[in-house]
Amino acid sequence: MTQEFLITILATAITAGTPILFAALGELLTERSGILNLGVEGMMLVGAVSGFIFAVKTNDPWLGVLAALVGGGLMALIHAFLTVTLQANQVVTGLALTLFGTGLSGFLGKPYIGVPIENAFKPVNLGILSDIPFIGPVFFQHDQLVYLSYIVVPVLWFLIYRTRLGLNLRAVGENPASADSLGVSVYKVRYFYVTLGGMLAGLGGAYLSLAYAPTWLENMTAGRGWIAVALVIFATWNPLRAMLGSYIFGGIDAFGFRAQAMGIAIPSFFLKMLPYIFTILVLIMVTRKAMANRVGSPGALGVPYDREER
Amino acid sequence: MKLSKKILTIVFTLVLAVALVGCGSQEKPKAAEEGKKDAATDKLKVAFIYVGPVGDGGYSYAHDLGRQYLVKEMPDIETTIVESVPEGADSERVLTELAEKGNKIIFATSFGYMDPVIKVAQKYPDVKFLHCSGYKTADNVGTYFGRMYQARYLSGIVAGKTTKTNTIGYVAAFPIPEVVRGINAFTQGVRSVNPNAKVNVVWTNTWYDPAAEKEAGKSLLETGADVVAQHQDTPGPQQAAEEKGKFGIGYNSDMSKMAPKAVLTSAVWNWGPYYVNTVKAIKEGTWKSDQYWGPISDNIVDLAPFGPMVPEDVKQLVETKKQELIEGKFDVFDGPVKDQTGKERVAAGQKMSDADMLSFDWFVEGVEGTIPK
Repeated sequence: MTQEFLITILATAITAGTPILFAALGELLTERSGILNLGVEGMMLVGAVSGFIFAVKTNDPWLGVLAALVGGGLMALIHAFLTVTLQANQVVTGLALTLFGTGLSGFLGKPYIGVPIENAFKPVNLGILSDIPFIGPVFFQHDQLVYLSYIVVPVLWFLIYRTRLGLNLRAVGENPASADSLGVSVYKVRYFYVTLGGMLAGLGGAYLSLAYAPTWLENMTAGRGWIAVALVIFATWNPLRAMLGSYIFGGIDAFGFRAQAMGIAIPSFFLKMLPYIFTILVLIMVTRKAMANRVGSPGALGVPYDREER
Repeated sequence: MKLSKKILTIVFTLVLAVALVGCGSQEKPKAAEEGKKDAATDKLKVAFIYVGPVGDGGYSYAHDLGRQYLVKEMPDIETTIVESVPEGADSERVLTELAEKGNKIIFATSFGYMDPVIKVAQKYPDVKFLHCSGYKTADNVGTYFGRMYQARYLSGIVAGKTTKTNTIGYVAAFPIPEVVRGINAFTQGVRSVNPNAKVNVVWTNTWYDPAAEKEAGKSLLETGADVVAQHQDTPGPQQAAEEKGKFGIGYNSDMSKMAPKAVLTSAVWNWGPYYVNTVKAIKEGTWKSDQYWGPISDNIVDLAPFGPMVPEDVKQLVETKKQELIEGKFDVFDGPVKDQTGKERVAAGQKMSDADMLSFDWFVEGVEGTIPK
């Protein structure tokens, strides 16, 4: 395996993993606040289509990104209203939002299928950084959204583990009643992070339609939202591990295709299965309370909070 | 308090559901008043079910172009579409619903609808079912498909003439006979004009994942191919070619719009004329159940217009070959045909039978890659 081959695989793993990464970060924040969001796929699609429409109309991809954030955020706001205020079943609501988002994005995007986009995000060199041997071509010859993800990941990590805001977030996800008694507004925190999570899912969708593909086709996320949900468990609710996980999930396809193209026989189904096996192992682990605390699984995940039921 | 929240939740979910239905089917027939079934004034109702969204820019899109052609040619009929219908049990429900709503002709456009079609057809003997790409028939069920391999052969000629590296990539969905036949026909076309070229195959194991299929196209272009063909339901591989400044051959429908600098031509489905003929025959009562595998002479498969980069002599050559195919002077798998190991599979002077073509499970000489078992 030559070095050039390795560089291509790793660089592709990053671009292929970035849409999953953004969505997974969003889901991670949402789940940290104790709300399960199974609508990621729908939110990504709404983000992808609204981003694409605005980028085409205004000829500015950054306005597209803004529209994707708003689109994904609005979808998540519906989720927050249903699950936080109305205390609806989070699984059902999430699934409904995925169906809704798929239909809505298909409807909105109909006139934009196959429309070429002039100003898609393109790789930007970062001067010295991009010239570092090996590291440069792998990490620093991508588009701006990838660089944005490099910033978002450590910021979120710092937020969750090193700030008072993060402590509140974790408390709300772990034991909302205790957090409430200490004066943390459970509703506000949950509304905020569910919405933020949807915005990040929208951004993940926009990465597909504005940088990776870049085009709009119905249902173009092709299940990446679900991978993001699995990935959060894989990453045990930690942004840094989510980053690593996204690149593994993304890199597996890239590696499989290139191995085939070079005539190396690789059992592609087996490769695709690996991350999920690990996800299942983590799921088994977190069924034990002691283990769950250690890996950071939010204790109140999926349980609606009602002040009157204390 | 508790109760009102519950009610609000239900109302909200209902609103979402209704909005979803509103988005899903944009071609709703104007609700023909039930009970007023006056044959003279009622329009003939024809329904189509698609496996993907019409917006896939590929397979289902091509079928819908056919439907639009039908509506234009026969304005006195009324069509309904249902898109993204999963193969299997779900399609049975959709088929029943469409028959129940008074559709007299139903086109089921994907292979996996086969058994549901047969089942539902037994319950509605006065409804005609046309199933695309299957092999089971009944008195009111016919099958239809086109000899896409002939168009693929022609597109192979263009690829063989274009390649400079003598390596052509082929992004393929699943190792089923239809896909294998396409790869083989394409390769026959390539090798008819360029015996040194090879066709390198990558399997994606998806029909519909634009990003992954683009990635597969890229991997071929990065490992030496300078033209990439495909058997997928999306234009992903062509967009990879566009990005890399290389060439691509589209499939399903004309993909030049999605990758204008890359697409040499596309092997396309042209379902319209078949839909018109079939609906007319059923209307006039001359239709009989059969298994239709339409050749290029029926115009059911074709090549999309060439891109501006294709030289005149290549266009001429393809045109000549197309004419010969139409007139039946030769077919794609006329012997001698050798497999990858060099073993002769079809002897000189022999023709390959339809049965053999429909069960292809080996690659012809010139294909690089394996068929996963």
